[in-house]
Amino acid sequence: MPERPLHLSVALDGAGWHPAAWRDLPGSGWATSDLFGARYWADLVAEAERGLLDFVTFEDAFALQSSLFDGPDGRGDQVRGRFDAVLLAARVAPLTSRIGLVPTATTTHTEPFHVAIGIQSLDHVSLGRAGWRPQVSGRRTDAAHFGRRQGFPELRPDALTAQSEHVRDLFDEAADAIEVARRLWDSWEDDAEIRDTATGRFVDRDKLHYIDFTGRWFGVKGPSITPRSPQGLPPVVALAHDVVPYRLAALGADVVLITPHDVEQVRSISAQVREAEAETGRAGEPLQVYADLVVFLDDEPGAAAVRRARLDDLDGAPYVSDALVFAGTPGELADLLLEWRAAGVEGYRLRPASLPHDLLGVTRGLAPELRARGAFRAAYEAETLRGHLGLPRPASRYAAGAAR
Amino acid sequence: MSRPRKQVHLAAHFPGVNNTTVWADPESKSQIDFSSFRHLARTAERGKFDFFFLAEGLRLRELKGRIHDLDVVGRPESLTVLAALAAVTERLGLAATINATFNEPYEVARRLATLDHLSEGRAAWNVVTTSDAFTGENFRRGGYLDRADRYTRAEEFVRLARELWDSWEPDALTGAGDGFVRPEAIRPFSFQGRHFDVAGHFTVPRSPQGRPVVIQAGDSDEGREFAARTADVIFSRHGTLDDGKAFYADVKGRLARYGRLPHQLKILPAATFALGDTEEEAAERAAAIRRQQVGPQTAIAFLEQVWGRDMSAYDPDGPLPDVDPDLSDGVWGGRVPLGDRTALAAKWRALAEEKRLSIRELVIEVTGRQSFIGTPAAVAALIDRFVQEDAADGFILVPHLTPGGLDDFVDRVVPLLQERGVFRADYSGTTLRDHLGLGPGSN
Ligand SMILES: Cc1cc2nc3c(=O)[nH]c(=O)nc-3n(C[C@H](O)[C@H](O)[C@H](O)COP(=O)(O)O)c2cc1C
Repeated sequence: MPERPLHLSVALDGAGWHPAAWRDLPGSGWATSDLFGARYWADLVAEAERGLLDFVTFEDAFALQSSLFDGPDGRGDQVRGRFDAVLLAARVAPLTSRIGLVPTATTTHTEPFHVAIGIQSLDHVSLGRAGWRPQVSGRRTDAAHFGRRQGFPELRPDALTAQSEHVRDLFDEAADAIEVARRLWDSWEDDAEIRDTATGRFVDRDKLHYIDFTGRWFGVKGPSITPRSPQGLPPVVALAHDVVPYRLAALGADVVLITPHDVEQVRSISAQVREAEAETGRAGEPLQVYADLVVFLDDEPGAAAVRRARLDDLDGAPYVSDALVFAGTPGELADLLLEWRAAGVEGYRLRPASLPHDLLGVTRGLAPELRARGAFRAAYEAETLRGHLGLPRPASRYAAGAAR
Repeated sequence: MSRPRKQVHLAAHFPGVNNTTVWADPESKSQIDFSSFRHLARTAERGKFDFFFLAEGLRLRELKGRIHDLDVVGRPESLTVLAALAAVTERLGLAATINATFNEPYEVARRLATLDHLSEGRAAWNVVTTSDAFTGENFRRGGYLDRADRYTRAEEFVRLARELWDSWEPDALTGAGDGFVRPEAIRPFSFQGRHFDVAGHFTVPRSPQGRPVVIQAGDSDEGREFAARTADVIFSRHGTLDDGKAFYADVKGRLARYGRLPHQLKILPAATFALGDTEEEAAERAAAIRRQQVGPQTAIAFLEQVWGRDMSAYDPDGPLPDVDPDLSDGVWGGRVPLGDRTALAAKWRALAEEKRLSIRELVIEVTGRQSFIGTPAAVAALIDRFVQEDAADGFILVPHLTPGGLDDFVDRVVPLLQERGVFRADYSGTTLRDHLGLGPGSN
């Protein structure tokens, strides 16, 4: 049986994921201030689309980037400042036609209602290419920006493994926020708009549904103010590093992004994800498991490692990441991705270390390499993000006869 | 002494979720597809309008505990659509209505600054304070604010947003050499007020306008005072000549108290229109549109709002029934209460009897005709007159059709306004502040 082609996506953030990557911007024809204009992002996403990638993600957070775990570091020698990710995704939507657009938005602070209609509207303006990367904001710094919640403890690097009650609560709350979004996305049936001149009715109100959600942290009445969007349910893509987030992904996501550092971890984490699915009683489509990798890509053997060392030097410290940092040729990366696929992942979210260089490495190096090995598409076969991911378009859970 | 002719400012309101928007017309297209937003925005830009405007309502309207189904229902999240429109327009201002009660300042300020960057200086925010428990059911915050608190919250909200917009120095991004940014040029903020307690660093560099344009659309005394202190534009309901003049004088008169000049606050009433080749044709068209806007079921629904009881058994083309209003409780969700319904019912009854109107004719009569009806030349002259006589600085036009409702106006009225020398032939600036003649947004 031939293996299914890989899903490939990239994570866009600043000048790339290496903190010194901005220093190479002028060499690629960009000024550092271009990070705060539309053209830079539109160019990157257009390139990702030429590479036929499934989707791009956009990072986001309320607090200024920092080299510290929680709190400002006062540094100016790294990228600081960032746009609202949902709006950035919307800005590039009309300039692209196929690629999925997956912004990050918090489940901790932003009203779930606002997030839900934002993503739903992104799905409308992109004609079915929106996704959502829900993010738990555990940092005290972020909470202080928002101000609605007091008493946030400082977040420590071991918070997740220590499984403090505070962190567990934030993830339980995130599950509620995702559930609310999904119900709101379903709250208009597809054929709710009837424009029936005989009775004077624009909508059939029996096809608009209160979601009547009540949880520990909030309640939302519904329905959405926004009609059902082209995909119905925009895909939810969740990054997860431990059992608590695997459970969150199993409860609410379509795709889980994991961060194994070797093939053994690919196996063990995939098994943990499947366990979380069983424990949460997940029904319907199984979670798609993609691995996150930071990538330095150069055709010439050894060149990527040299570039990595040079950027580390410029930053004054070796770059470390939650994900594996890969430096090599597109061919070497293809080997690794196919090895990991055999161990249980269906796709990847690659974090270009330096933009646009390592994005081009993905679109013009890696993608053709994988295609040559029969592991990546030669053309888009669908028009929506759900389509790229092989997910059917679901009927509203509230529709008569819906499977639920 | 003559003064130079005032320039007219025009904005385009995307047709809203009320009965002004006619959905039953064969020309009426989707209220939600991006193509509709794009068409209307591009039409407005072709007409050199100042800005494109989206209203907001965070819960679907209800009548008698059920979702109101006779008008257009459903709309997108405003800023998301405006960010997309920034990609398909170049000069047009992009205004979002955003509630100050069901949002938090840091996030709204950040999203508006993002839109301002992504549109190269075209973002605007219509600050509304609607805060009923009905809408609150969709939000964590829930509940609602006392009337008195709505504007103190809005006031703090805008003050804080502006502090955030100002917090990055203009030259914070050094651009080259050793640093990405001068860290000392990102001023930390810390704000403790009655409504907000926040601190940190803003994440968006100073945007092209510095401060996105602030619009206000409340009508109470507190609302007018708030506008005089803080707004750049007022979106008003005072669209007739006399009413407009009184409102204009009142609000502009409040500016001096805050050390502001009259041109720093633009007053733009909502306006509807009907055009024809002759006056008769325009009048016929206006009447036809009114009949579309007030269909038989809609006429009964209006009656029910005032009478507070089920009137569905009555014939909309028959006379007003002889029953009194039921004052026990309000029947509308998501709407401003109507005030003294007994008096209103008496007034409607007197009018119906005097003019021998059916229910539907009555509702058509009392719910407002178009602001401007006539030939393009007549409408252009009227708009000019309203502006020169200080009834307005311009208008936010509300077309009755999506998305083509502005086509005729742009093709036929705008050129005449340009000929009169009161409307720009092309954009002279790049930002919305430029279009509105507000001067740079800074402190
Ligand atoms: C022309 C106009 C347009 C308005 N549009 C909206 C709107 O889109 N969404 C909303 O929630 N409130 C809207 N409002 C309501 C007001 O902004 C305001 O919050 C409300 O009227 C209460 O303020 P007030 O007591 O000062 O009138 C509008 C008001 C006016 C006059």
